[in-house]
Amino acid sequence: MSIDISKIRTKLASQQGKAYWRSLDELADTEEFRHFMAQEFPNHVAPLESTLNRRDFMKLLGASLALAGLTSCVRPVKSSEKIIPYVRAPEQIVPGKPLFFATAITQGGYGVGLLAESHQGRPTKVEGNPDHPASLGATDATTQATVLTLYDPDRSQETLKQGQSQNWSDFVADLQSAFANLANGEGLYILTENVTSPTLAQQLNELATEFPATKWHQYDVMHGDNAYRGAELAFGEAAHTLYDFSKADVIVSLDADFLGEGPNKVRYSKDFARRRKVLGEEDDMNRLYLFETSPGITSPVADHKLALSPAKIAAFASTLASELGLSAATLDTEHEEFIAALVEDLEAHRGSSLIIAGENQPAEVHALAHAMNAELGNVGTTVLYTEAVDANPMHHGESLAGLVEAMQAGDVKALLIVGGNPVYNAPADLKFAEALGNVPFSAHLSLYFDETSTLTTWHIPQTHYLETWSDARAFDGTVSISQPLIAPFYGGKSAHEFLAAALGESEASSYEIVRQYWQNQVSGNFDGFWQQAVYKGAIDGTAAPRKELSLNENLPSLNVAEEAMVLNFKFDPNIQDGQHANNGWLQEIPKPITKIVWDNAAYVSLKDAENLKLSNGDLIQLSATEDLSITAPVWVLPGQAEGAITLSLGFGRSGAGKVGNSVGVNAYPLRMSENPWNTSVSVSKAGARHKLVTTQYHHDYEGTTERRHIFRHGTLAEFHAHPEHPEFVHPVEHHESDLYDVFEYDSYAWGMVIDMNVCTGCNACVTACQAENNIPIVGKHQVEVGREMHWIRVDTYYGGDPDNPEFYMQPVPCMHCEQAPCEPVCPVGATVHDTEGLNVMVYNRCVGTRYCSNNCPYKVRRYNFLQFAELTTNATELSLVHNPDVTVRSRGVMEKCSYCVQRIQQAYITSENEGRQIADGEVVTACQGACPMEAIVFGDINNPDSAVAKTKASKLNYALLEELNTRPRTTYLAKLTNPNSALAGEESGVHS
Amino acid sequence: MASISGKPPFKETNRVIAKSETYASIDDTVNKPIEAAPTKTPLWWWIGFVMAAGLLGVYLVTITVLITRGIGIFGNNQPVAWGFPIINFVWWIGIGHAGTLISAALLLFRQPWRTSINRAAEAMTIFAVVCAGLYPILHLGRPWVFYWLAPYPNTFGLFPQFRSPLDWDLFAISTYASVSILFWYIGLVPDFATLRDRARNTFMQWFYALLSLGWNGSAKAWQRYMRAYLILAALSFPLVLSVHSTIAMDFAVGQLPGWNNTIMPPYFVAGAVFAGFAMVNILAIPLRKAFGLEKLITYRHIDNSSKLMLATGMIVVYGYAVELFMAWYSGVEFERYMAFNRVFGADHGWAFWLLIFCNLIAIQPLWSKRVRQNMTLVFIISIIVSVGMWLERYVIVVVTLTKDFLPGSWGDYVATFWDYSMYLGSFGLFFTLWFLFIRLLPSIATSEMKELQHHDSHHGSDYFEEQRAEEFSKKGLPV
Repeated sequence: MSIDISKIRTKLASQQGKAYWRSLDELADTEEFRHFMAQEFPNHVAPLESTLNRRDFMKLLGASLALAGLTSCVRPVKSSEKIIPYVRAPEQIVPGKPLFFATAITQGGYGVGLLAESHQGRPTKVEGNPDHPASLGATDATTQATVLTLYDPDRSQETLKQGQSQNWSDFVADLQSAFANLANGEGLYILTENVTSPTLAQQLNELATEFPATKWHQYDVMHGDNAYRGAELAFGEAAHTLYDFSKADVIVSLDADFLGEGPNKVRYSKDFARRRKVLGEEDDMNRLYLFETSPGITSPVADHKLALSPAKIAAFASTLASELGLSAATLDTEHEEFIAALVEDLEAHRGSSLIIAGENQPAEVHALAHAMNAELGNVGTTVLYTEAVDANPMHHGESLAGLVEAMQAGDVKALLIVGGNPVYNAPADLKFAEALGNVPFSAHLSLYFDETSTLTTWHIPQTHYLETWSDARAFDGTVSISQPLIAPFYGGKSAHEFLAAALGESEASSYEIVRQYWQNQVSGNFDGFWQQAVYKGAIDGTAAPRKELSLNENLPSLNVAEEAMVLNFKFDPNIQDGQHANNGWLQEIPKPITKIVWDNAAYVSLKDAENLKLSNGDLIQLSATEDLSITAPVWVLPGQAEGAITLSLGFGRSGAGKVGNSVGVNAYPLRMSENPWNTSVSVSKAGARHKLVTTQYHHDYEGTTERRHIFRHGTLAEFHAHPEHPEFVHPVEHHESDLYDVFEYDSYAWGMVIDMNVCTGCNACVTACQAENNIPIVGKHQVEVGREMHWIRVDTYYGGDPDNPEFYMQPVPCMHCEQAPCEPVCPVGATVHDTEGLNVMVYNRCVGTRYCSNNCPYKVRRYNFLQFAELTTNATELSLVHNPDVTVRSRGVMEKCSYCVQRIQQAYITSENEGRQIADGEVVTACQGACPMEAIVFGDINNPDSAVAKTKASKLNYALLEELNTRPRTTYLAKLTNPNSALAGEESGVHS
Repeated sequence: MASISGKPPFKETNRVIAKSETYASIDDTVNKPIEAAPTKTPLWWWIGFVMAAGLLGVYLVTITVLITRGIGIFGNNQPVAWGFPIINFVWWIGIGHAGTLISAALLLFRQPWRTSINRAAEAMTIFAVVCAGLYPILHLGRPWVFYWLAPYPNTFGLFPQFRSPLDWDLFAISTYASVSILFWYIGLVPDFATLRDRARNTFMQWFYALLSLGWNGSAKAWQRYMRAYLILAALSFPLVLSVHSTIAMDFAVGQLPGWNNTIMPPYFVAGAVFAGFAMVNILAIPLRKAFGLEKLITYRHIDNSSKLMLATGMIVVYGYAVELFMAWYSGVEFERYMAFNRVFGADHGWAFWLLIFCNLIAIQPLWSKRVRQNMTLVFIISIIVSVGMWLERYVIVVVTLTKDFLPGSWGDYVATFWDYSMYLGSFGLFFTLWFLFIRLLPSIATSEMKELQHHDSHHGSDYFEEQRAEEFSKKGLPV
């Protein structure tokens, strides 16, 4: 009995998607194969806890063999489509060595450059592309998690017509017969999300040429409609606004969570954080005044902060504008002193100040912000206007309303929905789903068979961004060509292929379409251009050109209607508008500040909670009208504005998939097209309760937390007054003493510094760590009983006035103590110290006494109480996301942050081959690489020139719980704030 | 045979052995229930045994689920990585201590009153150690590799890490178990011989003959037996102090506030003896009634063990006071907050106050002789003390772990169904063994009792015994 490997290879190589799995299944079930497996892997016995039956188990074994051994023969992309690695292409693929390819993801239509890590054709992780203006090397939590979506078995895998499985060719035939009835394209409507892709725009134009009566509508829930309308009000024409935080000394945010929302947040974070880095007395900081309704990712780095309802922020903005000498109404009388001090500060920083309005604010406030920036001379320095980046700039809310009107009137004969999920996220008053019933032919291209797909005639599975060729423009206009890392895992079509079918080229591939477009754009050596563009991930010189704009004479007047209670909508910091709802990593990341997982909650201010007698977990009914209401659980949130309840979007889905369905409350039914971010509501207690689960129970800074000196903070002025010995950094003198000789680390000594001055608690590090280190998710119940597995967590404490607290963010990974308390208590020596100072876990040796965890004062150890890793689920595809350089831990074993030891080893191998030392910056931990604020510094502390050694030399450096003599390798820089001296006291929202 | 309820056919006494006893009566009283045919087994034994075996079934089901699904079936979490299994482990091992103290320490101190309860107390020790010893193995994440804690030659080239108190535990418990079993067995040999000689059917003759190891009752055999017994007693005596001290190190070596205290070892030993004597009372009071052993296990025994319970209980309470004082006196925020949280914490403060009730207030009536002479009251107080000592470990293990250094990682602990079923189930194991023991083996050391009777009848009572009798009769208590 023998098995012919080469035959299997040929067989597998010819198949994709479902067929691939099916043939693997058949293969795995043959007698010969089982015999072969028994010979090859004699020790492979089914784990005791496994719920797999024999057949599934053999399938799994078969899959692991085929994927581990045969992938070199199954090319990730078609051989005719050449993809180009970012780093120098090796002569041949070296097993065990990952390759990085530049590609791009789109957020709200705008491209963000990435480097995707590929292990033998299997993408496992994304990093930011340092050459891309929207990334500069960093990423955010959501992007980090998108690799999991690639393998999500809930992704749509079949072309469906009214729920029946069909072929692509059936769809094309049906499409053509539908088009045949449309003279000139009369009645053909296309609905896309925000389009910046030049190729897609070109295709849409071609369609408009072929069918001149075609109507193109756009609806992207993440599109900044208020910013769009605000610019129109200010300048009389559409304008694309960019901010340069690197030049801003004083920043005023009018409810703009610019570090946490929008496609440019990573770039803004980089620019902003670099202006807040303080190591010594020579360093200075910017100053941020933040006016917000609900604490967001930007809150922890604010120097002055006021929690105000959206209407009050608008009133404040108008008053500020009037105090700055503009013709605006004085609507705010409560903050006279504050405004006076703020105006003084802004006047003193003409040309280097910046006023930014958030999407929650009405268009008029955006217009006022433009006017104030112009007044302060910021235009051209901190505020830049460019030509449009969107292919077709428009007000998306109005565009969708127009489409719905046409649908209701019966004008729409054929509707192509390219991505998006309007049935779920369209403003409720438009009744999109109802109108869709009037459309005789509709097709929806989407990643999941979602709410919209169930109501359209056709559903076409869409390719993931790591599976297809495309292009996109960044927020500043820079074009990226994104390349695929793997052939479509579950089949599927890209937007380009979908539109090509409408254009009658149903067999065209994305590669051909995108390449063809660029061939027409470039004169000269196209191959060279293509090679360079794809390799680098950004095309130089494609940024949108600057645009000169002149302000309208008359500023729009602002109507501020005082409402008793307003329901304020926000995108979820993790799953965004809901498109990532089926991503378990994102559901399980503790939300910044509240630390809630697997739910959304109605954030209520302390005062409102007191008045309405609400406590955490109470269900409340939020009613916009008598027959329109939703029920949501309450979370009393310090720092939430009185008179406003904030509920994040993206939850309560019914078409998300097994993970995301019925998680949380759907807020969209109360979201109206008139004012999409705020709805006036009445609140009543619903009587029942809902269990909200968080990962942190104790947030109070005052009292015992403060006396423990674990979070040290002061003001910039205090630091400048005593730069050599800032008292707030070392409130208690600590004398190190040891009974035994201290071990000398004479080679490398790895260490880390976390700068709490810039940490926003955005969770990019948490997700990056999860992706890099194969950290499993455990589900809501397991988090509830305290078993979340994240190796790095962000502890959040609330200090000062509970109504307007300062948020203290403290990321806590393993401290890698030189005198680690975990080590001497392990009876089997499963956690030991290496000669470079790493506290390492030997998973194979661990018997699971958990004494190490008890004895760890930082509680950074995580334990596999059950089989959390994907052994027992049937969703075996998800395990393909695992990083092959990191062990997948089984049940009963302790684990913790390893300082990404696999990356250190990788650097070791490279440097030893080249006969040199590991250079500073050569080892970048996953958390460090992802951090958009550059808060994490890692390296060799034995090298005095390393960034980490220099950072540790700062007088702001301190060790957590240093009095325990654990000598942690991970240390912290104390947090600084830079308050306006004219604003000392309670109103500042900051205390020192 | 006497029934559990109803007035005993004997007059209660405060002597260590009733005056009327003879060699034959001792032999008969102790051995007759054992020799009875299986069909003559009393109903109460069957009821008790079936209930115990039922609980043992619960235990086995729990272990099966535990091994198949993992430690996550319990309430343990981060930060409370140890929960019920460790509490129960410490609780059971503590119970064993009274047995060793009675059999070894009191033997060496020539306390004749120990004689009638030492066999039962030793059995209790062994069964408690069995129950205790299984917990640390079963609470492991991967219990099937528990032997990695033992130093044995292996192909990994690995050795245990001897700095860990958990490894000391392994040695402490295995030593304790082996010495206790040996000591118990040596003591049983002459009694097995008696049973062999009394046996009326071949099977029983063979059964007890094999167990008695060819005992012939010669002077030489007695002389060597006595020597061996004394040596083993001398070996086990230090274990009374060392075993629970080692267990205490599991906590004291850790650096958590509330664990890292030098008082832990002595305070744990006192607690163990305290809980152990409570368990002796819980077992002996029904046993003497059920088997009609009132003339052999007399009021004197219960009175003495209650006094010891009171004394060790007060030492334990002193331990609590010192802990709280030191936490305040240290000036360390972590220690102070820990003490505060134990006493006034919203989540678990109840456990501390309940513990103070059980271990301080409930034992105070034992100062009164009348209470010590009241079997029902002593039985109830003993049960309260057992609960109190369990709560003490709950406070030490769980409440300490819920709130340690960083408030951001503080957590809570809620025991699950399986936590409770494993605890109840371990009672099943204990009582199944206990019921088998009292049915199959002499629960009183007959050879030693006969020696005591000999001493009592031939050498007369001493002066103090007379004094005591006079005093007792004045108060209307049994003499």
